[in-house]
Amino acid sequence: MESRRVGILGIQGAVDKHALLLKATGAEARVILHPEELKTVDALILPGGESSTISKGIARLGLREPIQDFVRQGRPVLGTCAGAILLSKRCRNHPVPTLGLLDVTACRNAYGTQVDSFSTGADPGGESQLARMRCVFIRAPRLEDLGPAVEVLLRVDGWPVLVREGSVLAATFHPELADDPRVHALLLKG
Amino acid sequence: MAERNGQARTGAEAFELKIGLAEMLKGGVIMDVTDADQAKVAEEAGACAVMALERVPADIRRDGGVARMSAVDMIEGIQRSVSIPVMAKVRIGHISEARVLEVMGVDFIDESEVLTPADDEHHIDKHAFKSPFVCGARNLGEALRRIGEGAAMIRTKGEAGSGNIVEAVRHLRSVCGEIRALQAVRSEELMACAKEMGAPYDLVQFVHENGRLPVPNFAAGGIATPPDAALCRQLGAEAVFVGSGIFKSADPAARARAIVQANTHWDDPEQVMAACRGLSEAMEGIEMSTLDESDRLANRGW
Repeated sequence: MESRRVGILGIQGAVDKHALLLKATGAEARVILHPEELKTVDALILPGGESSTISKGIARLGLREPIQDFVRQGRPVLGTCAGAILLSKRCRNHPVPTLGLLDVTACRNAYGTQVDSFSTGADPGGESQLARMRCVFIRAPRLEDLGPAVEVLLRVDGWPVLVREGSVLAATFHPELADDPRVHALLLKG
Repeated sequence: MAERNGQARTGAEAFELKIGLAEMLKGGVIMDVTDADQAKVAEEAGACAVMALERVPADIRRDGGVARMSAVDMIEGIQRSVSIPVMAKVRIGHISEARVLEVMGVDFIDESEVLTPADDEHHIDKHAFKSPFVCGARNLGEALRRIGEGAAMIRTKGEAGSGNIVEAVRHLRSVCGEIRALQAVRSEELMACAKEMGAPYDLVQFVHENGRLPVPNFAAGGIATPPDAALCRQLGAEAVFVGSGIFKSADPAARARAIVQANTHWDDPEQVMAACRGLSEAMEGIEMSTLDESDRLANRGW
């Protein structure tokens, strides 16, 4: 796999876990806080964290349009948990402003509070290279009303947990917490 | 998710989920709030979580008496009003207060020296709970004892309600300095280190090998200004708690936003300066030498 520079949006959240996993796959991680920094990377990760906190940072730093342009130019982006919410076109249950890049409705905190967080294996029958992926859900959202162009790569209990639309990848779980680089490898393949 | 809650989980998996939420709070600001309106102000300002409590530490200090877990109705009101994680405090060693917060679905339980201790010898066995716990620590030994009991996040104790950052700085320097020292010793010296620190051997070994705590390491106690938050991050804290500093100041909403901004950009003095611009007065502070040993909250717990 060719080595690539991957930006991680550094406003708030699990930035360093993504950086560690990227390093393990041979990619270079750069923390992104300003629009011009997007020019220095080939792919982008919107990490988990608090989607309301991160969305306010995106607005304050003027990152909304630059991220949208980045993705519309076909460059790959991965959103995990809060990042998946931010990528979505629609948001419900205490909605936050989103980037509108993925044709789904994200339902925030769909499983409940932290005592309802869980980890489990993905349903059989998903993308073969992701077989038996262990999925860690932390106050996770659910993706609903998937548009026709959205492809489901993994499900848990029948719900889509990893989806792709063009160069946009979104996971409602945390591959970076399970030390499994396969989702990041998909991003790098872009 | 009732069926999942019924499933048996291994200890390691349960602990991974607890640390998982702590990871998600990194780089954020957790704000003390005393009602639903303040909680909304905090969320609107960009807080990554709120700490629900009846009185901020500065008022607990002023009022005296016994400080206990907050009223259930008040915590529920805050849970209903915001979408970010809600934390709440229990007295050190108060297993039953913690069980109450757990059934309420509180996202993180702070076994806190800010409240009057219920047990002056034992902290809670935090592995026995589904909810994650955060505990205060003044040094590495104390941090590792709490992690040994199951804490999924460590914060400095600082000196809550003082508006004075000096104790949080002392505790951060202790924890981070002792981590560096532990990395440098030879492996056969680790047992003696564990004995001297009063910390579990396996955790001492982890720190020696990894150069960090096995759980996220946050700062709390005395943070009142945007540069206070940036300073804590500079010294190795991965996120900050702000207690009295926001709602005891002259302009809570603006100060909350400013502390969030300085915390995100702790490494960028121009952004920290921009965050300070236009703020009115910070909370009044207390000089440590004017505080009796018996009035120091950080001395509670061991």
